Order: sequence, then C-alpha cells, then structure tokens
Amino acid sequence: MSRFIPNRAEHFEKMFRAIGVEGISDLLQSIPLKYQLKEDLDLPDPVSELELQREFEGYAGRNTGADKICFLGAGAYDHFIPAAVDHVLLRSEFYTAYTPYQAEVSQGTLQAVFEYQSMIARLTGMEAANASMYDGASAAAEACLMAMRVTRKQRILIAGSLNPRWADVVRTYLKRDDFEINEIPFLEDGTLDLSIAAKLIEGGTAAILVQYPSYFGLIEDLQPIADLIHEHKGLLIVAADPVALPLLRSPGDAGADIVVGEGQSMGIPMSYGGPYIGFMAARKKLARKMPGRIIGRTSDRADQVGYVLTLQTREQHIRREKATSNICSNQALMALANTVYLSLMGESGFREVSNQCFQKSHYLHQKLLEIPGVSSVFTDTPFFREFAVSFPVSSLEIHDGLMEEGILAGLPIVELGEGVMLITVTEKRTKEEMDLYVKSVSEICRGGGR
Amino acid sequence: MKTIFEMSSPGRIGSSLPILDVPASASIPANLSRNGEVGLPEVTEGQVMRHFVNLSTMNYHVDKGMYPLGSCTMKYNPKHFENLARLPGLSGIHPLVPEDMAAGTLSIMYKLEEFFCEITGFEGASLQPAAGAQGEFCGLMLIKSYLESIGEKHRNEVLMPDSAHGTNPATSTLADCVIIGVKSNEFGEVDPDDLREKAGPNTAAFMLTNPNTLGLFESRIEELTSIVHEAGGLNYMDGANMNALLGVARPGDMGFDVCHLNLHKTFATPHGGGGPGAGPVACTAELAQFFPDPVVIQNEDGSYSLSKKQNSFGRLLAFYGNTGVLYKAFAYIRTLGAAGLREVTENALINANYLKARLEEYFDIPFNNGPCMHEFVLSGDRQAEKGVKTLDMAKRLLDYGFHAPTVYFPLIVHEAMMIEPTETEGLEDLDAFAEAMISISKEVEEKPYLVTDAPVNTPVLRLNEVQAVKELCIVEPPDEEEQ
Amino acid sequence: MSNIPEGLRYTDSHEWVKDLGNGEYMMGLTYYAQDQMGEIVMVEFPGLEELSTGDTIGSLEAVKTAEDFYAPFDGKIIRVNVDLEDEPALINEDPYEKGWLVVIATDDPSGFSNLKSAAAYSEFIGE
Repeated sequence: MSRFIPNRAEHFEKMFRAIGVEGISDLLQSIPLKYQLKEDLDLPDPVSELELQREFEGYAGRNTGADKICFLGAGAYDHFIPAAVDHVLLRSEFYTAYTPYQAEVSQGTLQAVFEYQSMIARLTGMEAANASMYDGASAAAEACLMAMRVTRKQRILIAGSLNPRWADVVRTYLKRDDFEINEIPFLEDGTLDLSIAAKLIEGGTAAILVQYPSYFGLIEDLQPIADLIHEHKGLLIVAADPVALPLLRSPGDAGADIVVGEGQSMGIPMSYGGPYIGFMAARKKLARKMPGRIIGRTSDRADQVGYVLTLQTREQHIRREKATSNICSNQALMALANTVYLSLMGESGFREVSNQCFQKSHYLHQKLLEIPGVSSVFTDTPFFREFAVSFPVSSLEIHDGLMEEGILAGLPIVELGEGVMLITVTEKRTKEEMDLYVKSVSEICRGGGR
Repeated sequence: MKTIFEMSSPGRIGSSLPILDVPASASIPANLSRNGEVGLPEVTEGQVMRHFVNLSTMNYHVDKGMYPLGSCTMKYNPKHFENLARLPGLSGIHPLVPEDMAAGTLSIMYKLEEFFCEITGFEGASLQPAAGAQGEFCGLMLIKSYLESIGEKHRNEVLMPDSAHGTNPATSTLADCVIIGVKSNEFGEVDPDDLREKAGPNTAAFMLTNPNTLGLFESRIEELTSIVHEAGGLNYMDGANMNALLGVARPGDMGFDVCHLNLHKTFATPHGGGGPGAGPVACTAELAQFFPDPVVIQNEDGSYSLSKKQNSFGRLLAFYGNTGVLYKAFAYIRTLGAAGLREVTENALINANYLKARLEEYFDIPFNNGPCMHEFVLSGDRQAEKGVKTLDMAKRLLDYGFHAPTVYFPLIVHEAMMIEPTETEGLEDLDAFAEAMISISKEVEEKPYLVTDAPVNTPVLRLNEVQAVKELCIVEPPDEEEQ
Repeated sequence: MSNIPEGLRYTDSHEWVKDLGNGEYMMGLTYYAQDQMGEIVMVEFPGLEELSTGDTIGSLEAVKTAEDFYAPFDGKIIRVNVDLEDEPALINEDPYEKGWLVVIATDDPSGFSNLKSAAAYSEFIGE
C-alpha cells in the first residue's frame, strides 16, 4: 500500500463489516463484469521517492535549453523572480486549497485574488478585472466572445501583428459558421493599416483585437484604433504586455474596452509553456459580461470586511448553457504569484523592470545595427523589449552560431525574410551577454555572408 | 485584514535589481507614455511575507484536514512532486527552444500520453487542455471535426443527463451545439428509453459522467453507449469521477469515444485555490487525428518532436499545455504504478461506502440501492423540515474544523450534500467527520440555532452575498491608495 | 402561503399577466417565484420587440439563481419597467404592482384566456 493511503487490513475488516460487504469485489458489483479489468494496467513498475528524484534529474538534465542565455521571447519571457514568490506559493494553505466556495474559510485566497484584480485593473487602466483565465491567448479568445455577446455582432477583426499562436487560439474558440474573423494587415512600419481596417469594419463588427506592444515588440498608438471601432459601435480589445504598462499609456486611457494579457512575466517560471495565467480587465459597465470567476468585497454578520465569489449567475454552475463561459478551474495560484511579485517589485521596482527591458533591448538593437548588413525590419516605430532585425545571413545560421556560445538568439521569423529574427531582451540580460551576442553575430556575418 | 495597498508607504521596496549597465538613452514618445503612476503598493519583503502568510492562515486546505467536496477529489498532494516540477531544468525552459534542447520534457510528455492511453483504454492523448472544462471543449471539437470529416456536419445536438456538471452544457454552447436533456430513472441512472427517444440523426454526442454525479456507476453503460452509436453519435465521458475507475475499468472499453481527465482531481496535482489544473483528453484513433496543435511524437531515432496533426482542429493555448502540472501527474503515476493506482480506487470506494454506512441512519440518501462508488449524495430534506437548510449544515461543519461537502449539486437531489472522502483519509479521519455530521444532525433537532447561526469559529462570519452583488466592489478603489 | 391574486392569469414559468384593456397586457413575476429566487439584484431586457410565444423577453438574477422570463403569447412589447434597472428588488417588495416587468400588446385575446387561472396556478405550485 502506497505512502499516501493510511488504511490497512485491520481497518478494512472493520469498514467492510460496517458497510455489510465481504470485500472490495462487492463494492464493484455495479460495474458489469465484462468491463472489470482482469489484469493490472501495463505501466512501469513504481519507484521510491529517491529513485524518482534521480529519474527526474535525468529528464531535467536532458533539457539542455534551460541553462542558456535566453534572448527568446514571443509570448514567454525570462524575467527575474524574487525568491519570496515561491515561498508564498509553497504555503500549503494556498496551494492545497480548492476554489473558495466556502468563503468563511477561504479569506486568504479570496483577499489575495481581490488584490490581484485590483493590480490588474490599475496596470491596464480599467475599472474591473476577473480572477484569471488559462493563459493570455485563451483570455483573448474569451474577450472576443464577450465582445460578440455585448454588441450582438458576429465579426472580429484581429491585428495581423498579433502573436500567431494567439490568433490560432482565437480562431479555434470562434470556429463557427456564423462567426467571421478578418485580419487587419500591417504596414511596412509594422503598424496596422487602418484604411483597410475601416473597410473591413463596415457592416457590423463586434471588436478589434490588437496586441500592445505587438508580436514584433512595436508600440502602436491605440487611440486611432479605438476611435475607429467606437465610431462603428464596437469594442476595442487590447492584448497588453503587463511588463510594458508601467511605461506605456494605459490601454484604458487610450480607449480600450477590454484588456487581456499574459501574466507569465510577473513571477511565473517559463516551465515549457505552462501553467501561465491570462488576465482580463474591462470597463465597469462590462463587468457583468466577463467570463470566469470574480471576487467581490462585502461584509459578514458582524460587519467585518470579507470577500466572496460574486456575480456567480454568469457562471456555468448556475447559468449552465447560458453561462458567459464554460471556464471553471482557472489559474488561481498563478494569480497569487502575480500578486506577490507585484507587491515585492512595487511601484518603483516594476517600473524599473520595465525600464531595464526597454533600455537594454534598445542597446542591443543599436549595437546590432552597427554591424554591416544588419538592418531593422520596422524602422522608426518605437518598440519595447523585443524587436525584429534582418541579418545578412539566414537567421538559422545566426541561431546555430550563437548556440555555440550558449546563447538562445531569438525566434527566426522566416515569413518576414530568411534573415529575420525576433529578439527579446529582459532585465536579466547583462551588457556582457549582449556584447557577446553582438560579437558572435559580427563574426558570423564576416565569415559567412551570402 | 488590511489590504496590501493599505500597507504601502512611499519609498519602501521589496526587491532589488542590478543597476542598469547600459546607457539609458532611449525614450518613449510622449503620446505613448503612461500618465501617472500605476498604483502598485510600496512595501518591504518582510511586509509582503507577513501579509500573505497572515492571509494564508485564513484558508482551509487539504494539509489541514479532510476536504470532502464531492466530485472535486481533494486528495493529499505529495510534497516531493512540487520539488520535481521546480527543478531548474524543467521549470526554467522556454517553450520555443529547439526540440532537441527540451528532450527531457518531451520524453516525459510522450510517456505521460502513453500512460493516459493505458489508463483510459484509448489510442491517443492530448495533454494541452488547461483544465477539465477546456478538455470538454477539446473533446467536443474532436467530435465535431470527425463528424464533419464523414459528411455529418449537421449533427449539433449534445445529449446529457439532468445530473450533469454545469460545465457540460456551458461547453456545448461554446462548441455551438444544442443541449438535449435526458432523464434519470428511479435508480438515479440515465433512463435508456429516454436516451433512445432523444438520440437521432442530429445527435453529435452524448456527454456522461461515469460514475455519475450521484456516485453511481451507470450499470447499463453498454446499452447507453450503443444507443448513441447506433444513432450515429459519439460518446463523451466526463472524467471528473475517474478516481472511481483507476485500474478497475476503462472508458475506452465501455463504448466511450473520448474522455477528459482532471489531473488536479484524480492524479493528485494540487488545486492551488482554484487552479492551475490540467484536463488532458484521451480518445480513439479516429478522433486523435484532429488533436490540437501541438502533440509530441517520437521519431525513428528515438528522439521526440512537437508536431501538428494534419487535420488538427486548432489550438487551445499559446503553448504546449500546463506542463508544470503535467510533471506532477507523471510523478504520481511513476510513484504508484499499476497496483498503486488500483489501490487508490479501491480505497476511495471503501472510504465512501464506510462513510455512507455511518451516516445513513441520520440523513436521507436518495437512490440508495446498494454500494456507491467513490462518493455519495445525502439529502438534507429531513433537516430542512426542521427549518435548517443544507447550507446551514455546511457552514456548521466549518465550525467543527472540516470543509463542507459540495452542496446543492447534483440538481436532481433536494438540499443535496455530495461527499467524497478520497482514499487518502484514514479510518480515524472518516470517523471524526461522521461524528461531526451526526452531532450536527442532533443539533438540528435540539438546538437548531447553533446550525443556522454557523459558522462562528471561522476568521469571518457568514458573508453577505447580496451586498457583494448589489454594491459591487471588485477592485480596490484608486482613491484609497494615497493615505 | 403564496399571494395569488384572483383576476390575473398565470403561466407555467411563474409569470402573472393582467388584462389592461385595449389589447394591452401587463406581465410580472409571481410572488411564489420571487420568493423562491430570493432577493433579485439584476433585471435585463435585451430589447426584443416582436414576440412569439415562448421567446425569452429578459432575465432576472438573484445571488445564486438566474431565471429568464418568457413571452406568454405572440405580441409586441410596448413598455418595460425601467424602474427595475435601479431597483430590481421592487419585484420582491411588490411583485404585483411596482414590480411589473413589461406590457405586451396583442390583437388576439385567446393567448391570454388560455393561461392558468389563480386556482389552477395555486394547484400547479402545490398549494
């Protein structure tokens, strides 16, 4: 019997007597005999804690990408995480609790998530936020569905500069014959072609979904996009990078109606893609239309302040087929990670993270452009933390060459050209690492070329 | 308790970064710059720890005591697995590294897919869905894609019993299907005659939780799944209750075509106060060809790659899935092995039946015609006649130091209390819980005010949910940030 | 014991309907239904005009329940109770007067006369 099961033969004897059965086979009687397995499942033999530790260390060792100098981004980012974040996450009180259905014994989770919602609302410049979605991409998809419910229109325009993985998720969630998704192409400078958008928007559009900064790191003025969609009685959905928001005009300020985003950058390890967290914020008047759980403040019978799950009639367990979404479990522990991270970094610290990403990415960008033959893909458009450059050799050659220096160079984007690479610089990257990057690129470009 | 915002004082910091080592020469154009501060708190690391540790002490949790939430399978979460998922080689890897540089993770995922196929009796598994509800969506999308591929695109009806979890109808709506309810019979099982009547040329799928939400195995399962197949539809098993079947029976053998698993229930990954979970889907080979992008494949040389199925219906998350959760489920299966998994189910069944036997004298148990599986449903009808509702008894249990069962679900039982002890509770714990329930049933008779006033031994008293909706306050108002 | 005024007609989905004359009918939620739901905190009228029997006219939300209300017969909505947007609890406080939901106009009086009488509704809810 495993170390997780406390009962032994003496207990079973007493329990079977109380139940009034002879043994376990009597408890399985409702399963037709033909479906009862006669043999054990074909699984590898069990291992002890020590053996499993060794086995996992073996797997971890084969992940050779984990200890490289990471200039890879495109939706997942290598940011610094203060140690205190994990100390809070490892409190049994938080991670072994369920969804806070019994509010009186869940005030810890409830207040923490209320604080999370508050921080998300402040970052995005909105008045309402929910308790989390699965990830940024699914949050964007849910935001599109929400906009369609609110406006009763069935067309979404998505920016061509949206992360292509996110666009795939949006298309999957909206895969219905009566829904229409159109893409707004981007101009040579990477900003959206609003003259085409103005044509696509005609005849009833629920929302425009734009990424801020874009997939290519570009910072685009949201105001004209907001004006365009509002003129046509639709909503502006902004997929925002939270790390950029301490520096950038908030989406709320620029006219967004719904703001979603990926919260992995705020205290969550990259962990090969998950668990991450999607955030969703909205105008107050749209709060009741949001999917997912929402925590609200109230008081108890003795007039003490307390927190509860609120606006539950939107949710699947009450509204069933008419719910605003099917989401049930969300990413609550990741919301806690975001909250602890933002508390630790604080107003000035988070701004400094943002500023260092901005300054360092510009340093590397500048240095790379000094190499003959290297050019910027989207000249003159401001960018944040990531940028696309075109090398005079293939981006795969750069990628493989830098790997020899232990550098993950970035993400080759062959759609934009054979030599194009999307490069990310977080606050963790040092001048030394960036200089090594530049030196290696110069050598490759000098040695190879086309 | 004070909020973190109320603890803020200008100039305090909780973390530090290296000094910027490049010139700060870039600037953001004024029209794109933020106006004013964000409004994040300014606190020290010590204050942060004290705040969140104090908050944590107001939570009930599995490491504190029994958590008999029916259909939620709140079992013990092994500590070692938390460490494993945090190994730097596993937690520190970017999802877009070249595949050979993530060989360790990919080999875990490939093996985990195989484990789930073996456990469910299916031929393919996708680990992408982030939670059970997304697994359901994935399952219905697989079914719809398959039906379309055989020229049956018009099928848009999803049949489900009236005892279904709320996610089932909500997911069906998301997948653009129409919900058709199927009645339960006097045994609390799906009525095959009603199913036969409702299955037809528009049936896309039949969604069934098995064992069902009353904790009963659908004993006529062969008949049910055959009815749907004969009508040209497919069978979806909601795997929320898979803790009752590990190593004992497999959905793939019973005529189901696809199921999801809740790793945060059955496979001991922690619930995290509401997530993250993981809701992998296992299915037949016919459906697996439509899996979401990406899946892990093994190459001829034994290495692993990510690949997109040619007929994939799309993508559910930006990246591979809730990998950090999947590591822990893998560790669980490696720790228990086949015999250990079967013991999980056997002990879950014994514990539930023992608890039912201890309580049946004191509470009504509808549909009590024999043993239950891993959970059972009481009705508080008898107590409601005395003016004490199930909600009151649930709150009173908190005073006794237990978490409450799932209440008011399934909808087909009045004043329902759905109790799932799980296999990780010992006889002493079960007895203590039974004593508490029995004691409450006596309080209902003798001193009902103790129950209707409950809870009184909790960090806060009963909270006003009407006020929460009417005076909606879901974020800290910004004007309170400056003190 | 529920309050089920004579003279009104009732639906299976717990709406009452009152003949205002001139082919106009006022509709609201019965005392019984509001009592079952608890305090109503939100009323929504999506703005339908032309109605067919059984169409969803709007929805009512309490804290843990939400119910739609339906067209009792074919017709056209000519007024909605806008006071409910600010004070949805009027439905609880005064379900048959201040808590009315909508007024429907129709040329065909048979829809109204086919609804349940007070006695039949009383029996329907088991009282």
